[in-house]
Amino acid sequence: MSDHPADQILVVLETTPNGDLAASAAGLLAAASGIGTPVALVVTAPGGAQALAEQAAALGAERVLAVETPAAQSELTVPHVDALAAAAAAVAPNAVLISESVDGRDIAGRFAARSGAPIAVDAVGLSRDDEGVVAHHSVYGGAYTLASAATFGPLLVTVRQGAIDARAEARPVVLESLEVAASGASSAAIESVEPVTESSSRPELRGAKRVVSGGRGLGSAEQFALVEELADALGAAVGASRAAVDAGYVPANHQVGQTGVSVSPQLYIALGISGAIQHKAGMQTAKNIVAVNKDPDAPIFEVADFGVVGDVFTVVPQLISALAERKR
Amino acid sequence: MKIVVLVKEVPDTYGERRLDLETGLADRAASEAVLDEIGERALEVALAHADAHEGTEVVVMSMAPESAAATIRKGLAMGAASAVHIADPGLAAADLGLTARALAAAIRRTGFDLVITGNLSTDGSGGVLPAMLAELLEVPNATALTSVEITDGSVSGTRDVDGGTMRVSAQLPAVISITEALPDARFPNFKGIMAAKKKPFETLAAADLGIEPADLSAAWSIMTAIAERPPRTAGTKITDEGDGGTRIAEFLIENRLV
Repeated sequence: MSDHPADQILVVLETTPNGDLAASAAGLLAAASGIGTPVALVVTAPGGAQALAEQAAALGAERVLAVETPAAQSELTVPHVDALAAAAAAVAPNAVLISESVDGRDIAGRFAARSGAPIAVDAVGLSRDDEGVVAHHSVYGGAYTLASAATFGPLLVTVRQGAIDARAEARPVVLESLEVAASGASSAAIESVEPVTESSSRPELRGAKRVVSGGRGLGSAEQFALVEELADALGAAVGASRAAVDAGYVPANHQVGQTGVSVSPQLYIALGISGAIQHKAGMQTAKNIVAVNKDPDAPIFEVADFGVVGDVFTVVPQLISALAERKR
Repeated sequence: MKIVVLVKEVPDTYGERRLDLETGLADRAASEAVLDEIGERALEVALAHADAHEGTEVVVMSMAPESAAATIRKGLAMGAASAVHIADPGLAAADLGLTARALAAAIRRTGFDLVITGNLSTDGSGGVLPAMLAELLEVPNATALTSVEITDGSVSGTRDVDGGTMRVSAQLPAVISITEALPDARFPNFKGIMAAKKKPFETLAAADLGIEPADLSAAWSIMTAIAERPPRTAGTKITDEGDGGTRIAEFLIENRLV
């Protein structure tokens, strides 16, 4: 028995279009196991539960509640919220954790409105004090840290992807199927889903341990390949400033910053990025920042641990060959 | 068709934004207040539809302090027909639950076929409000749309989810949110700015909406601690003298980053 007999943390796990657990599952289950006993909820098309339960247990779920319904693939949000309502009633959790993803936000929002549970958004960590679960936040681009909690009852928390580095120990698979009464709430219809076909083996920008980003200084879409080359040498994800996205060097889903993706990698390398305040807001919580820019007064140098004033087209190829040399 | 567009006054991200370390609230005096760009894009979706479809009425709505009225008026200058401003000192520290209840009550009071919001504000970055409103208003949510098609009875579009692209559709009434992939907003012109002065601008208090801000029977999310992170300081800066790449490699190796 644990110290908290009623310390269950309900964790809503998402699935990819291919039916696997989403990458966010590992961090969510680790965060939950840090503050209690993680009970996972999966909502999937018929036949999908067993495989998901095995993946969830390997990532630390003590039990997996599964709902198999065709609606998981045809209706947006509502089937998941109905399942979450049933799971919360069954588990009476101290907190509910959901990924801060496009779909996770919707599930969290609808469930909060339906249940009256207070909601803490975009948490970067979780802890427990005498009075219950506390969510930790990093706001205004990392300029402030906040903590929030529920006045009473369970706290519903969306957890920023990639923010939890810890991983929980694997546990035996315990799968329970959950009966759900449909709420009948009106939902949008999912007409089709096209999985993104990843053309490269690069990691996803969100949650990546290393990120190499390029800015306007790369000069053209062709020359932006230098950023990709360094990323591949480091096993890093590719990011970009808004200027590079607006100039058409790289698709918008690579944008790092206030209005793009926020990243907190171990290593962030900024190439030809001046470091507008909006860009800094999306990356200044990186553990280590390296910058290369021609302009010695570029604001990116104010936050860089190691900055080189120079031409990316001479500095970066030298860096790539130095890294290759080391591997040899 | 009546389209309600939610807009928000936020601290300009081009300046330094500050939180009050006593109250945890945004320090509104510290930075210039602007209409959040994503809300302007949401308004553009509504106005573009209104341009092409006679009989479309666009209402901008915001919950914000009294002082935000001038910012909300920009929505009228851009072309919205009327504005609804929920301004009540009792709502100053509202959490998402109270905010959603107040907005849902105001939206219901105004009437709507479609509610359009941005997917994420630049200050709160919560992104949960559109779905909260859909639940409270008992209508479908179609969020994070990167394209939007509106017909008399439905709304549909494309949304980028993790690992894929999804096509969704919903019967009206509905709540949708849009992303930055949608076009920039139009600029208000002189005619629009002059016309805005004559357009209906309604200011509502919580009591007008049947909302009790200090209702302690509802669970709240409260801030329990706040701290300013020490500003990041610059580290080593060198000028490339032919060994810049090698020096970076050395830095990475020393710090076990490769």
